[in-house]
Amino acid sequence: MTLLAIDWILLIEKLILIAIIVFASLGIALYTTFAERKVAAILQDRPGPNRAGPFGLFQPFADGLKLIMKEEIIPNTANKFLFVLGPGLAMTAALMTCAVIPWSSQVHIFDRTIDLQVADINIGILYVFGVVSMGVYGIMIGGWASNNKFSLMAALRGASQAISYELAMGLSLIAVLMLSGSLSLKTIVDQQMAPGHLWNVAYQPLGFLIFFICALAECNRTPFDLPEAENELNFGYHQEYSSMKLGFYLFSEYVNMIMSSAIMASLFFGGFDIPFLDESTLAPNLAAGLGVLALLVKIVIFIFVFMWIRWTVPRFRYDQLMNLGWKKMIPLALVNMLITGAVILWLQGK
Amino acid sequence: MQALTNRSKEVSRKPISFLESLYLPAIFKGMAITFSHMFKKQPTIHYPEQKRPFSPVFRGLHVLNRDEEGRERCTACGLCAVACPAEAITMEAAERMPGEENKYREEKYAARYEINMLRCIFCGLCEEACPKDAIYLSETFAPANFTRKGFIYGKSDLLIPDPKTEPEAYAKALGKGEKTTASTTN
Repeated sequence: MTLLAIDWILLIEKLILIAIIVFASLGIALYTTFAERKVAAILQDRPGPNRAGPFGLFQPFADGLKLIMKEEIIPNTANKFLFVLGPGLAMTAALMTCAVIPWSSQVHIFDRTIDLQVADINIGILYVFGVVSMGVYGIMIGGWASNNKFSLMAALRGASQAISYELAMGLSLIAVLMLSGSLSLKTIVDQQMAPGHLWNVAYQPLGFLIFFICALAECNRTPFDLPEAENELNFGYHQEYSSMKLGFYLFSEYVNMIMSSAIMASLFFGGFDIPFLDESTLAPNLAAGLGVLALLVKIVIFIFVFMWIRWTVPRFRYDQLMNLGWKKMIPLALVNMLITGAVILWLQGK
Repeated sequence: MQALTNRSKEVSRKPISFLESLYLPAIFKGMAITFSHMFKKQPTIHYPEQKRPFSPVFRGLHVLNRDEEGRERCTACGLCAVACPAEAITMEAAERMPGEENKYREEKYAARYEINMLRCIFCGLCEEACPKDAIYLSETFAPANFTRKGFIYGKSDLLIPDPKTEPEAYAKALGKGEKTTASTTN
């Protein structure tokens, strides 16, 4: 009867946690679309959307409603199954990442200790990479199934870009993993929270820079938004999409942005750590709540920087993108890795 | 070769330095510029709430004027219709009957007076042509309607409110700084 000896309450806990995280990320993504327009406007001396509700706060709902009400068009030359699968896959891959992000420490409710992390798997960061690579399938399948040359071209660009930048991203990550000696995101965050230990960005500034640039490329954000390329590829891989399927693509992009911000915050900026504060002196529930807030603040700052870059830097040309990825990012990441390894060995030998 | 102007500049053909080839300093500089724009004043005029002040010679929608006793000034002479380059004005004259002296200023008046706002080019020639100071261009603008028919403004749309019976509406229609006043001439 060992099969029935499942901790049912744990299952319910996790389900509730998953629901909260998924809906919270979707809600944040909803408002990220609004923030994008608002940030763009403010950086360009415009007021931005301000008509729907106070300060235009209902704008995302109006946008969503518009997307849902639009006619759903599937081109008759498209592969229908793949055409529908594409956006779903993109969205799923984007949301799956949130499973291993440690949102905060533990909370104590009714004599139970609940980890604010869906799954603390010991290969967390590897899982993230696996899922992020799945996101390329969303783009690739969408572009392929549309049966349109612009979409296909954009999808190819997206796939090759993602592959090129994933390499440098992984290499820059190895340096961090050498420091922490663990692939679990929770362990990495806990190490950064330990007293006397700075955030990883202090030890790995170059690694962070490479990771950040690669994250921009992975999220298809400007200056690496070649798969979208509004003005040369007519919106690229989601050109043939309409209604909520288009919404899913756009939305998954914003969810990706949130998730990569969360991962960068966890890997390099101490995750849910509050700077200059020893969390162990606080009540555990309070510390957990403040931790969630701290992580959210870090995510918001990262998202702002993403947008800030978008409205500052123009898009790369395709050959420039490839040059940067293969000839600059990968060697730099390798050098960074070598230096980190050498320093670690030197410190151990002392 | 002699330069045509002193504004031409030699193009720098120097290969870019190492620091420049990193691009990052330039990108940070650009980001500082965009960031500074967050604190700049927005030139936006929030239109329906805020309105831009017009110049005193602004030519908006037409107003058919009344005199200080509230009588229509228009005598249906047709000079405005003749002056109109867009042929937007149509009118029909009628004779004033005994007992209508409080409604029309002179013996003849316009029974029908229509301006097609879709044809009108707001040149103000009707205003210049009018010998009786009966038509003026106001500061009202941007007419909106659901049908084309709605853009043909009749007398009910054009006539200024009666200063005797509706002094408030009249004052409002005059606006401030408005050149249309009932007591300018005669």
